[in-house]
Amino acid sequence: MDAQTTGQTYVRISRVGKVYPSPRGDVTALADIDLDVRSGEFLSVVGPSGCGKSTLLKTVAGLEAVSSGQISVRGAPVKGPPDRLGVVFQRDVLLDWRTILDNVLLSAEFQGLKRAHVEGRAKELLKRFGLGGFENRHPWELSGGMRQRASICRALLSDPELLLMDEPFGALDAMTRDDLNVELTRIWQDSAHGQRKTVLFITHSIVEAVYLSDRVVMMSRAPGRIVDVIDIDLPRPRPLSVRETPRFGELTAKIRHHFAELGILKE
Amino acid sequence: MFKRLLAESRTRDALVIVVASLFIWEACVELFAPSPLILPAPSAIFAEFWSSPWVFIRHSGYTLAVTAAGFAIAVALGVVLAVAIVYSRFLERTIYTLLVALNSIPKVALAPLFVIWLGTGTEPKVSVAVMLAIFPIVIDTVLGLRSVDPDMLSLARVSKASPWQVLFKIRFPCALPSLFAGMKVAISFALVGAIVGEFVAGGTGLGFQILVAQGQFDTPRVFVSLLLLSLMGTVLFYLVDFAERLCLPWHVSQRPHAGGAGG
Ligand SMILES: Nc1ncnc2c1ncn2[C@@H]1O[C@H](COP(=O)(O)OP(=O)(O)O)[C@@H](O)[C@H]1O
Ligand SMILES: [Mg+2]
Repeated sequence: MDAQTTGQTYVRISRVGKVYPSPRGDVTALADIDLDVRSGEFLSVVGPSGCGKSTLLKTVAGLEAVSSGQISVRGAPVKGPPDRLGVVFQRDVLLDWRTILDNVLLSAEFQGLKRAHVEGRAKELLKRFGLGGFENRHPWELSGGMRQRASICRALLSDPELLLMDEPFGALDAMTRDDLNVELTRIWQDSAHGQRKTVLFITHSIVEAVYLSDRVVMMSRAPGRIVDVIDIDLPRPRPLSVRETPRFGELTAKIRHHFAELGILKE
Repeated sequence: MFKRLLAESRTRDALVIVVASLFIWEACVELFAPSPLILPAPSAIFAEFWSSPWVFIRHSGYTLAVTAAGFAIAVALGVVLAVAIVYSRFLERTIYTLLVALNSIPKVALAPLFVIWLGTGTEPKVSVAVMLAIFPIVIDTVLGLRSVDPDMLSLARVSKASPWQVLFKIRFPCALPSLFAGMKVAISFALVGAIVGEFVAGGTGLGFQILVAQGQFDTPRVFVSLLLLSLMGTVLFYLVDFAERLCLPWHVSQRPHAGGAGG
């Protein structure tokens, strides 16, 4: 394993269960989840739709309370959204009446930061994500990929330690998705040693999970539980061509076979 | 602004249609010569207006003022109510349920009550206008305030946004398109309310004019008032429409062309 990823535990999820009460019987979204996310680690969760991936992310974000067990971030139990947290959803949820720059500045505005202090950083982030000339455009003037880039910039603006991403590229076409995978790893990798962000990345793409991650958590459905955690020992930095290497193929095959054994994927 | 309005093909088409119908109307009256008691010719109607333009303008002004006041109060009160309903489970179950139930009864029938409560001055007329106009405002604004993407609200929570920030920076702008949809309905309802108020107890206003003229079998006079009313209704509607364009340049319905940049 990459030496840089063996940090201390940043998020500890212990024996977490989540039950949604519903008129047609309770839904057990998560059952007995045990997982430690290490500081500076890029961790992906893959699993079929409905297996509780989003629920897991929301409990870590303090947006949903757990029904049993406990989650702690930096050693403190999660009661509401923890500090120094950035979130990206599948839908970019940019506000149509704000320019791209103003959208990126939204969270900072909520946190009461002076615009003059963060505007420079916002512009720099946009530039790094190839949105240099688009600060004053509105979201509806941009493509889906560009909009999602802007929403990542918004999440990164406050320089969070923990980044939670719920299928952020799930709605994008394959090429844009590849671009964004490369950009995201580059941004994550570029941070100085020890300050690397801890990322919990949710996806239903095995290839994406293997490409991006240090570890891949496999989840299965009804009830949502962890079936395996796979170490991804591919060297970094990873060019896209790493996906054509035998080791990459082995890793994706291993995950795919495991899902197949569970009856989740057909072979 | 007026030039721009005229330049728009929509306005031009509407004018052409109005003028054309007036000519056809005139021709039909010439041709079939109905009693002026039943259907006067447009020329007779215009003559009636010219015989005492200031009287009509004074009455129109009164009705316009009642309509505008009723509309303004309905918008202000309706938006506040909608916000309260969206933020309070209790108010939602009480006021909102009551409003939705009330909305289904013919509110015009309540107009005489306002005369008993408030007398025969301007207040009962404004009240009837408010009563009619407030329903679409409340119902559409509640809908709009609730149409916010839940992920957006999650994002606000993660960023530790205050309830006021969520209201003013997210929910309210999000509700504006719905609010304007409600306002377009409400402006016509406010006018109806003003007329009904004047019917029930009046001394001034186009509604009162219609009532008096009807009593005297002065059909041209009724028609002058009706035409002034429809003119007023149309202008008011387009004023709201114009305000919408100013306020919502970002909304889907206002965009010059569909589609975004490539990439
Ligand atoms: N707010 C909710 N209320 C009731 N049931 C829910 C709610 N959110 C999710 N669920 C249920 O919990 C299960 C897991 O959902 P989710 O976490 O969204 O899965 P995933 O993100 O993996 O597709 C599903 O069966 C879903 O129907
Ligand atoms: Mg999901």
